[in-house]
Amino acid sequence: MPRKLPEYNAASLADIAFMLLLFFLVTTTMDVDSGLERKLPPPPPPNQDLSKQPQIKERNVFVVLVNKNDQLLVEGKPMRVRDLREAAENFMANPNNDPTLPEKEVKDVPFFGPTEVTKGVISLQNDVGTTYGTYIAVQNELVGAINDLRDQLAQRKWGKSYDDLDRDQQKAIQEIYPSRISEAEPKKVGKK
Amino acid sequence: MSKFRKDDKKETPPISTAALPDIVFMLLFFIMVSTTMREVTLKVQVKLPQATELSKLERKSLVSYIYIGPPQQQYQAQLGSEPRIQLNDSFATVGDIQDFIVSEREAHDENEVPLMVTSLKVDQYTKMGIVSDVKQELRRVQALHINYSARKRTEKN
Repeated sequence: MPRKLPEYNAASLADIAFMLLLFFLVTTTMDVDSGLERKLPPPPPPNQDLSKQPQIKERNVFVVLVNKNDQLLVEGKPMRVRDLREAAENFMANPNNDPTLPEKEVKDVPFFGPTEVTKGVISLQNDVGTTYGTYIAVQNELVGAINDLRDQLAQRKWGKSYDDLDRDQQKAIQEIYPSRISEAEPKKVGKK
Repeated sequence: MSKFRKDDKKETPPISTAALPDIVFMLLFFIMVSTTMREVTLKVQVKLPQATELSKLERKSLVSYIYIGPPQQQYQAQLGSEPRIQLNDSFATVGDIQDFIVSEREAHDENEVPLMVTSLKVDQYTKMGIVSDVKQELRRVQALHINYSARKRTEKN
């Protein structure tokens, strides 16, 4: 009959495991990285002719200006950040075909057939002295306005939220509510 | 009577700690799986702004980070408190961004380059001047897909 092996002392195993645990606690982070996703426009070609650029009618542009004191001027009127989302939604959707709001163009969109698509563009211009927090808040409201409109349309058409649609359906909705937020070069006035 | 007599010879047996390592290992594995290694030591203070329309950054290996913010306390004696750019582990200037992006691209496979994202982690009180300069540099090197890092806002307005 084989001799029984002596049991080894496992008391310090816990200490070793604790040491490993503390090492990982210190050297790793848990935060998930999330943020506002944007695409920058490609750099302008060097021999660009400014007069040949397509002219955009004034009624099709939603002008958002942010000054160095983080105040907003939207379409010539001062506005608070919390009201911006509604204004941007109203501009992009133009529910009553208001002649001061953007024109619409009939386009053939898959799933929807011929649909009126807005020609609106949101133009965001900030000052050199604008704080980044305000800039992100404004961007957030503008992106949120478009996301809201897309979500509403998805609910109406398929009874699902935009995120649950498949890729073709999302593409169709993107065609109706394009994410057209253009950023002008910041103004150099009022530095600091 | 003898039933209630306290047995002086018997001591309470020690609590078995045999399961303690198992518990600690369980914790250890949980933390190993759910966290990621810290890549850089931050030399600038970054307090991210809050937003609601967030999208998650997928595939962290394809993300290059640019940090902008006032230097940490111990560097302020030399550098002042004006916002600075940090790339990898060192302070940098706007002119270094092009090289940084190019070297990040070279570290990746060619067909992964179009999927690369630049994440801007900018302190919320930074002025837009420096951020715009960085964005212009990124446009110049065709790193157009960017992500403004932000925290989730708990809805209250």
